[in-house]
Amino acid sequence: MAQQLVKKDDDRDDEAEYSPFMGIEKGAVLQEARVFNDPQLDARRCSQVITKLLYLLNQGETFTKTEATEVFFAVTKLFQSRDMGLRRMVYLMIKEISPSADEVIIVTSSLMKDMNSKIDMYRANAIRVLCRITDGTLLAQIERYLKQAIVDKNPVVASAALVSGIHLLQTNPEIVKRWSNEVQEAVQSRAALVQFHALGLLHQIRQNDRLAVSKLVTSLTKGTVRSPLAQCLLIRYTSQVIRESGNNTQSGDRPFYDYLESCLRHKSEMVIFEAARAITELNGVTSRELTPAITVLQLFLSSSKPVLRFAAVRTLNKVAMTHPTSVTNCNIDMESLISDQNRSIATLAITTLLKTGNESSVDRLMKQITNFMSDIADEFKIVVVEAIRSLCQKFPLKYRSLMNFLSNILREEGGFEYKKAIVDSIVILIREIPDAKETGLLHLCEFIEDCEFTYLSTQILHFLGIEGPKTSDPSRYIRFIYNRVHLENATVRAGAVSTLAKFGAAVDELKPRIFVLLRRCLFDSDDEVRDRATLYLNTLGGDGSVVETDKAVKDFLFGPFDIPLVNLETSLKNYEPSEEAFDIDSVPKEVKSQSLAEKKAPGKKPTGLGAPPSGPPSTADAYQKILSSIPEFANFGNLFKSSAPVELTEAETEYAVNVVKHIFDRHVVFQYNCTNTIPEQLLENVIVIVDSSEADEFAEVFSKPLKSLPYDSPGQIFVAFEKPEGAPTLGKFSNVLKFIVREVDPTTGEAEDDGVEDEYQLEDLEIVSADYTLKVAVSNFRNAWESMGPDCERVDEYGLGPRESLAEAVNTVINLLGLQPCEGTEVVPPNSRSHTCLLSGVYIGNVKVLVRLSFGLDGPKDVAMKLTVRSDDETVSDAIHEIVASG
Amino acid sequence: MASNGLCPSIKNILLLDSEGKRVAVKYYSDDWPTNSSKVAFEKFVFSKTVKTNARTEAEITLLENNIIVYKFVQDLHFFVTGGDDENELILASVLQGFFDAVTLLLRNNVDKSEALENLDLILLCLDEIVDGGIILETNGPLIAEKVTSHNMDADAPLSEQTLTQAWATARDTFTRTLLT
Repeated sequence: MAQQLVKKDDDRDDEAEYSPFMGIEKGAVLQEARVFNDPQLDARRCSQVITKLLYLLNQGETFTKTEATEVFFAVTKLFQSRDMGLRRMVYLMIKEISPSADEVIIVTSSLMKDMNSKIDMYRANAIRVLCRITDGTLLAQIERYLKQAIVDKNPVVASAALVSGIHLLQTNPEIVKRWSNEVQEAVQSRAALVQFHALGLLHQIRQNDRLAVSKLVTSLTKGTVRSPLAQCLLIRYTSQVIRESGNNTQSGDRPFYDYLESCLRHKSEMVIFEAARAITELNGVTSRELTPAITVLQLFLSSSKPVLRFAAVRTLNKVAMTHPTSVTNCNIDMESLISDQNRSIATLAITTLLKTGNESSVDRLMKQITNFMSDIADEFKIVVVEAIRSLCQKFPLKYRSLMNFLSNILREEGGFEYKKAIVDSIVILIREIPDAKETGLLHLCEFIEDCEFTYLSTQILHFLGIEGPKTSDPSRYIRFIYNRVHLENATVRAGAVSTLAKFGAAVDELKPRIFVLLRRCLFDSDDEVRDRATLYLNTLGGDGSVVETDKAVKDFLFGPFDIPLVNLETSLKNYEPSEEAFDIDSVPKEVKSQSLAEKKAPGKKPTGLGAPPSGPPSTADAYQKILSSIPEFANFGNLFKSSAPVELTEAETEYAVNVVKHIFDRHVVFQYNCTNTIPEQLLENVIVIVDSSEADEFAEVFSKPLKSLPYDSPGQIFVAFEKPEGAPTLGKFSNVLKFIVREVDPTTGEAEDDGVEDEYQLEDLEIVSADYTLKVAVSNFRNAWESMGPDCERVDEYGLGPRESLAEAVNTVINLLGLQPCEGTEVVPPNSRSHTCLLSGVYIGNVKVLVRLSFGLDGPKDVAMKLTVRSDDETVSDAIHEIVASG
Repeated sequence: MASNGLCPSIKNILLLDSEGKRVAVKYYSDDWPTNSSKVAFEKFVFSKTVKTNARTEAEITLLENNIIVYKFVQDLHFFVTGGDDENELILASVLQGFFDAVTLLLRNNVDKSEALENLDLILLCLDEIVDGGIILETNGPLIAEKVTSHNMDADAPLSEQTLTQAWATARDTFTRTLLT
């Protein structure tokens, strides 16, 4: 800010930098605006004042409500003037002030007069202003004029009306939709831009009607479209139609492909590019279809215009991700772009080359990149680093030169994000390429010797602790780690202590030396560092005896921590100090999610105590609280899982009921959340009659009715069942709501004395396999998978039959199993033919389960799946397979 | 204007001076809700582009998921911003239209002081190019004609305008001598 002020002073000194708005001040200009009220208007003067006001607004000045109102009223006086220049400024001013609804009325009649003026410029501008400030009721009044304007012979007027229509469609769709005939006529207009605007509006009016859009595209692709912009629009609509019609790919003839291809020969570059881009983005595009598009993009690469080169290289870069071979033809042109003046273009060219390059060209490319890295911005460097990472995964044999490159750039100057990208890449290489491990770890060690980012240091130390002990000579890392204890801040020191301890726990030969080092840390100035050192010394047996650290201690110190911290926090808060120690196993492991139930919950106003069960309680501990308040459920033990609410009634019925399934080890409790939506009724003695004839392993043990259910105040009914212990028993239940109805006088709120017995059929309810699995995420699936070991692994293959898409098949299996997808693997990239999905969770009986699903497309639509399950108990692994086999 | 469907849409048009300060700007999207976020965006864009040479051909870059095409003349920097899935050439045509129109309106004297002297024309010009994010016109001469058409209807458009200019300059010089 200070700098800015200084600069302003400079301007003032510098006579050449004279501005007509120098020293302009809001108050003074508002004073000047009084000339708008003069009986004899000076149009030129008024224009100047409006310009000044607009200048102030444009510089970010704001008017208070009163100031804006005053200006607005003053400006409306100017409609008296016949000066056209002034009128244009008045229009601008009204749009900038955007008057409130009650003020709009003042100008409406003036603007409507202008809308019907003989002067085209007035008509066009008045339409745009009026539509900008109008509301629904006013719109109905001017609708007639707007319809006329759409087919006006003056293109500016027609465009103004059409563009306003596009904006109004957002707020008043029902009115704009009535203009369809006029808009259709305008599509045939001879004026280029009118056609563009009409096409845009017509498509938006019809966008929900696939057939109509398809017809529109069919007729226009055969007809004449005049402006390049309209042609671009038509290309977009065409690709939308292709996308939605889908699935004709195997026949080889894609509808409308010929049209797109013909657009590649259009005279306007804008259209050529739009068509080429559309072709590259087609779903499941074949290389034959790609070829003509790639050819025109290749021509653009050597254009003199940076915009064209950028557009082309950016599109080719995207294509290279899915069809690298199709892009290789452009490699020569691409290589000349590495030295492009425009750094965005150069970066895109490099990363494209990295994607399309083959193993032999890697070394040459790396050399070129090294020269180029020093003079690009950090954000581009990150793009390059990411490209190199994927290159390394593609050509593992080349890891040496790529690792060298990464370690070199790691030593150079750079910001946090850049360094983090490099470190992440090295970590990935170490994980994926065993040969690269030792050199990679040493590079990281060197880096933390001189690293200014605490976050990166601690991350690397943590990683060293995991990977270091597994190397051939773990002792060589100790020096680097212990140096941290001397030289760094407390956070890094604490991290280093933990890493040392990990080495000590894993490598017995190192134990004595580690203990010596840890003991030195006991005198650290920071308490966290001291605490950690003490903890490790005591648990690892630092009293001198060199014993093998037992597994329980290792698990405790370094095992995965799979309890969500939020849950741990609430559990600790609820824990009251007593004889009984805090039991970490009692902490619920389910990740709290703001489920749909909350949004859908019946009864929007919470009414006292009755409300919480149907409102916020999507969280496990809220359920736990309700259930523990009912004595009959006290001996059921720990709640394993509560399902999301399942609606048992259609929306908008007399009584809204949904059910939550609470699963215990030996019991199942149904919690029916009921809402009475009829103001004239009071329900009493409400019970749910559950017929479990299709669930023969379940036996009803208890039912808790609801005494009364007044209008709009939700209540709960509980029904409990016994089931075989720990078993994933399945079943189907039919439900009937039974109650006594008493009529209520809505005016007095009093209920009649005598009620009538009645019942209400609810939908059926099922206990499915997914009810017995908990979604529990693991932070590092690979580690968890490896530490679980293949002892209880079960593998099998399944044919899933024809499916709509790979993504649909993946989702179905995830929902069936009710496990947590890890590392974003639930998302299937478009066009992929195979996909691997990782799931984790806990099965009833607190057994951890990890699942690896490999999907593949077999034929055009048939999906095949390989299911690998690991858990601590082979019966559980089998049970998971059974879920899939029976689902 | 978030939901213009598949219609090409413009997020903003900026005209900045050689220090990155506003001459005239117009925003059509809600991506920058406050004035300070707008100013921050302008500063950012300016600093990222100022060292490039965009004087002969329009240049282009991708910043924070926005495509920005730009062109510099004298001490004026022209920018047009669109989303990252927008057709770059459409944005470039808007930039060219704006640039051509301003060149015509300022009678080839395209610099900051001339632009500020004729700020009314620049603002009208912005108003005629894009309406609420939707492209109205990209042909420079047509845009310029629309901006000046009120003078076209008058008797002597060109001389009239020069007279206005002359008068304004005279007045400004006068006030300036008074102030100093």
